[in-house]
Amino acid sequence: MANVFEIHDLSGWFGENQVLKKIRMGIGKNSVTSVMGPSGCGKSTFIRCLNRMHDMTPGFRMSGEILLDGTNIHSEKIDPVYLRRRVGMVFQQPNPFPRMSVFENVAVGLKLNGKTLSRGDIAERVERSLVMAALWNEVKDHLRLPGTSLSGGQQQRLCIARALAVEPEVLLMDEPCSALDPMSTAKIEELIEDLSGKYTIVVVTHNMQQAARISDQVAFFLMGELIEMDKSGKIFTNPSDKRTEQYITGRFG
Amino acid sequence: MTGTITFRRKAADRVMKWVFYLCALLVVLPLFLIFFDLVIKGAKELRWSLLVDLPRPVGEPGGGIANGILGTIVITLLTMTWSVPVAVMSGIYLAEYGRGKFASAVRFAVDTLTGVPSIIMGIFAYILLVLPMKRFSAWAGAAALSMIFIPVVVRTTEDMLRTVPMMVREAALALGIAQWKTTLRITVRTAWPGILTGILLAMSRIIGETAPLLFTALGNQFWQSHLDQPMAAVPLQVFTYAISPYEDWHDKAWAGALVLITMVLLINIAARVLTREKR
Repeated sequence: MANVFEIHDLSGWFGENQVLKKIRMGIGKNSVTSVMGPSGCGKSTFIRCLNRMHDMTPGFRMSGEILLDGTNIHSEKIDPVYLRRRVGMVFQQPNPFPRMSVFENVAVGLKLNGKTLSRGDIAERVERSLVMAALWNEVKDHLRLPGTSLSGGQQQRLCIARALAVEPEVLLMDEPCSALDPMSTAKIEELIEDLSGKYTIVVVTHNMQQAARISDQVAFFLMGELIEMDKSGKIFTNPSDKRTEQYITGRFG
Repeated sequence: MTGTITFRRKAADRVMKWVFYLCALLVVLPLFLIFFDLVIKGAKELRWSLLVDLPRPVGEPGGGIANGILGTIVITLLTMTWSVPVAVMSGIYLAEYGRGKFASAVRFAVDTLTGVPSIIMGIFAYILLVLPMKRFSAWAGAAALSMIFIPVVVRTTEDMLRTVPMMVREAALALGIAQWKTTLRITVRTAWPGILTGILLAMSRIIGETAPLLFTALGNQFWQSHLDQPMAAVPLQVFTYAISPYEDWHDKAWAGALVLITMVLLINIAARVLTREKR
């Protein structure tokens, strides 16, 4: 399995506070990788490095290398704007654009990315994205309604459709279910399963059951360190590190 | 014992609620009193000819302030053609980029400008434009009004953009949308109802300004289509009529004031209607 991302000795600081410590990791193509760990372990900070979302955060600095298909994402060859078209992101809180309809929410990335697509092409891509996000059947008659009028779970799937519309290769998901009820969570997990195989997906979660259900491989973070990374089955049945075992048996976190 | 304490607390609750209520009532009272007073005193001269006729000399019955109404509209639109883009874009700068010392300096200057008495803007425009051009003009009037309009709109634009949650910007950037497009097409669009309200309120403010026009647009008694010539405006006509010694001009001043406050009221209503959240 080829790696999409190769991460070498990634450290990160907010001001003086070191939040990531020498992370080394490979993320396999078209697989689901979960990043799991207790609150404050640096897992969100970590995935926001992968699409350079920290560029706008004053006071953040990092060292080490992140290679996407062999190219350092901080090299001059890579424009962060284009990087983010290849590496999409879904956030913890569903955040559809206010004052935009369901349709516009999905279409806006296409329209503002400077591509010249005909109306028909845009409508087709919007429909395809909504189908992929398992939302089409629920919204096809309400495409003109504001995106914010949908339920929380629907809003999150709308955000996934919005991210898919620009056809990324990688989808980063920062605790995509933590603001949702169990039914919506189940839908999103199902969706992640459907998308794996076509996309490389990295999901941050503090929910072990979720990590076990959805992922091919799991990375366990603790206090900014990558403690262990392995196949999902192995981590939850026979972890190599004592701290991983303590975490999955509920000793802390 | 606890009974009396409970009773006193409840009484205090009730009294304070009424104090807040009465203060709020006191705030809106002037608007009603002013409008009521103007309707009574202005009604006498408020007829169709007031809106469509030119002023007539003292003693001659009839006549209107049509040139002033047109002048007010022209000067206001003139002011806004350059002030709106400049003010909104400065507001965008302060909200989206303004972190350093320059931005703090701009913010401080803008706040100070907001507090400068409007007659000073008039004198400044007089020195800057009227003296070199050697004549009063609509341009000079619009320049003076811009200095009142711009600072207000800069700060409301900045404040409205700051109410847009950070995660809206992040969502756009994460889609690979360029920073400037995120700002203009996503962030500004999200804050637009608030920005538009700010623009309309500032507009209603400058429509009623008199002092900045005294040394700039000056006013006149006839139709004027040249922007480099003195131009009439409703507040100027109200002022001229009000300080005159003639009874019939006083009546016209009241009617003019009624026209003015109606214009302001209509703009404020428009601001409400245009920015009502569509659901």
